[in-house]
Amino acid sequence: MKFEVDERGYYGQFGGAYIPEMLYPNIEQLRDNYLKIIYEPEFQAEFNDLLKNYVGRPTPLYLAKRLSEKYRATIYLKREDLCHTGAHKINNTIGQILVAKRLGKKKIIAETGAGQHGVATATVCALMGMECIVYMGKLDMDRQRPNVERMRILGTKVVPALSGNMTLKDATNEAMRHWINHPTDTHYIIGSVVGPHPYPDMVARFQSVISEEIKKQLQEEIGNPYPDYVFACVGGGSNAAGAFYHFLNDEHVQLIGVEAAGKGVDSGESAATTALGKPGVLHGSKTLLMQTEDGQVVEPYSISAGLDYPGIGPLHAHLFDVGRVQFVSATDDEAMNAGIELSRLEGIIPAIETAHAIAALDKIELSAEDVVVINLSGRGDKDLETYIRWGKY
Amino acid sequence: MKNRITELFAAKKKDILSVFYTAGFPIQNDTAAIAVQLEAAGVDMIEIGIPFSDPIADGPTIQESNKIALDQGMNVGLLLNQIRELRPQIKMPIVLMGYLNPVMQYGIEKFCKEASQAGVDGLILPDLPLDEYVKHYKELTDSLNLSISFLISPTTSEARIRQIDSLSTGFIYAVSSSSTTGAKSEFSAEQQLYFKKLQAMHLKHPFLIGFGISNHTTYAQACEQGAGAIVGSSFITCLKNSKDLKTDIHQFVKSLKG
Ligand SMILES: Cc1ncc(COP(=O)(O)O)c(C=O)c1O
Repeated sequence: MKFEVDERGYYGQFGGAYIPEMLYPNIEQLRDNYLKIIYEPEFQAEFNDLLKNYVGRPTPLYLAKRLSEKYRATIYLKREDLCHTGAHKINNTIGQILVAKRLGKKKIIAETGAGQHGVATATVCALMGMECIVYMGKLDMDRQRPNVERMRILGTKVVPALSGNMTLKDATNEAMRHWINHPTDTHYIIGSVVGPHPYPDMVARFQSVISEEIKKQLQEEIGNPYPDYVFACVGGGSNAAGAFYHFLNDEHVQLIGVEAAGKGVDSGESAATTALGKPGVLHGSKTLLMQTEDGQVVEPYSISAGLDYPGIGPLHAHLFDVGRVQFVSATDDEAMNAGIELSRLEGIIPAIETAHAIAALDKIELSAEDVVVINLSGRGDKDLETYIRWGKY
Repeated sequence: MKNRITELFAAKKKDILSVFYTAGFPIQNDTAAIAVQLEAAGVDMIEIGIPFSDPIADGPTIQESNKIALDQGMNVGLLLNQIRELRPQIKMPIVLMGYLNPVMQYGIEKFCKEASQAGVDGLILPDLPLDEYVKHYKELTDSLNLSISFLISPTTSEARIRQIDSLSTGFIYAVSSSSTTGAKSEFSAEQQLYFKKLQAMHLKHPFLIGFGISNHTTYAQACEQGAGAIVGSSFITCLKNSKDLKTDIHQFVKSLKG
């Protein structure tokens, strides 16, 4: 595949494994074993069984008639919101916990922003009877109380990250520090296509089930596996990587990544990494990064806690660089309006992250023959508080 | 070409004391004054940390010093200016240590050239991958006579230690335990075994033991097993609480050496 990671762990100029030596043995072990492990027939059987019977896959590809009418195109929604725990994140955590078990790890750590990845990790740890610690920025813990309690009910210890601005970036720092201090018995389940190689590739492979299903389902629906467009929101980029994966080499399929513009790309309160970032190194990979001229990482802003990350995965940085994916952004207001619109037209309240992908319908010139797939990455239950505070419905 | 690090290790095989502190901490202009006092107190080498917003290998003490330095506007350009001023005032080697991103934004080549011209002797960039270094930067740093030290930890394999030994110039930074930076009061039996294993490997380069050295006991243990010790967090704590840098620095070094 043309956009596959190379053997040094790079996608074009992005990627690699920029880690302190203390993490090297863990990363080396993962790098040398992940492909072997995940393509063992026994692993595949267990993974697929859990995706089917526990997560509820395949998720429907739903023809959204009223939304289609409004935007004058044929619009399908890939219903990742119907996955167990309410978002695509669990596709990855199921895969990684099976890898962790085969590596002989006894404990799991994770970072979380909105809490969706934390809940998905806490869930698989309960399922497998493994001890779990989730780092979460203190500010995010206050903003996302219900998810904190969900993790606790599932038996996970939630540790507040008190450094920096106390959000997702800082939770990731704390998880990495924990891993440095507990190098042998612990696996770190990273929640997106970020981090040192092989994480971006491994997470993309686990999420690629999304586009695998889209292809099959479209073939059945319209007799052609290829849509004209795939839309997905991009925080770190895992749901987008999964939705784009099996279309990357089909250049006639237009791939649209939607970032969070926050209060506007130029407002100083934004998380639109491709618009505002420069190549840099954070959390183990070289990628596009929002930073000052001095190379200090900038604290991003978005109304959605799951998109407020200062970087994107190295695969996406490369896809942006070579023009394979078109990146657009949606502001807080545009996303909130789109979330309400989807609720009213289709009876689906999306996660606010996901609402950014819906908002891009207004930004791309569509024609009546176009077939569009929007990856509905998650449901809005966790965001009710934000919807209520926003109030315009 | 002379390199002060190579000269130091050629002249002194034991009991080397290297002190780490964050540039621009506690006050932006303290960088040079601290170095002068450290040399006067009998320290052999200094490692000056380039502050970064996301220091993932550091514990709370150094994290805080990074934040304070950054809040006061510290950056790579200012640090290089401070080194230019400092160099004529001290004789000992100066090592700059930092995460890659601020250096990358300054321009790695530009940074290496200017650092070398300013009188820096060595670099430690803990998140620069070995293969990147070999592929892109080794030639440059060799040509500038800048020594490069890499970290090893108790979980580093013997093969990799050999590889790091063959690629390092100057000295090897032996991290005392798999951990982030931070002060500890003594070394465990397991750690001692690891130091002994390193000693028995008869590496080409001397190794200094760092992370967790905070008092005379840990300093003396490190000196017994390696060429010497690197002290960081506990010195930062000393700076943070200091009312009189000169007195406190001399007192700190004296209590370490015992
Ligand atoms: C529903 C949903 N969509 C998207 C994201 C963003 O992550 P990614 O870009 O990795 O898919 C999150 C993250 O929390 C999420 O919860």
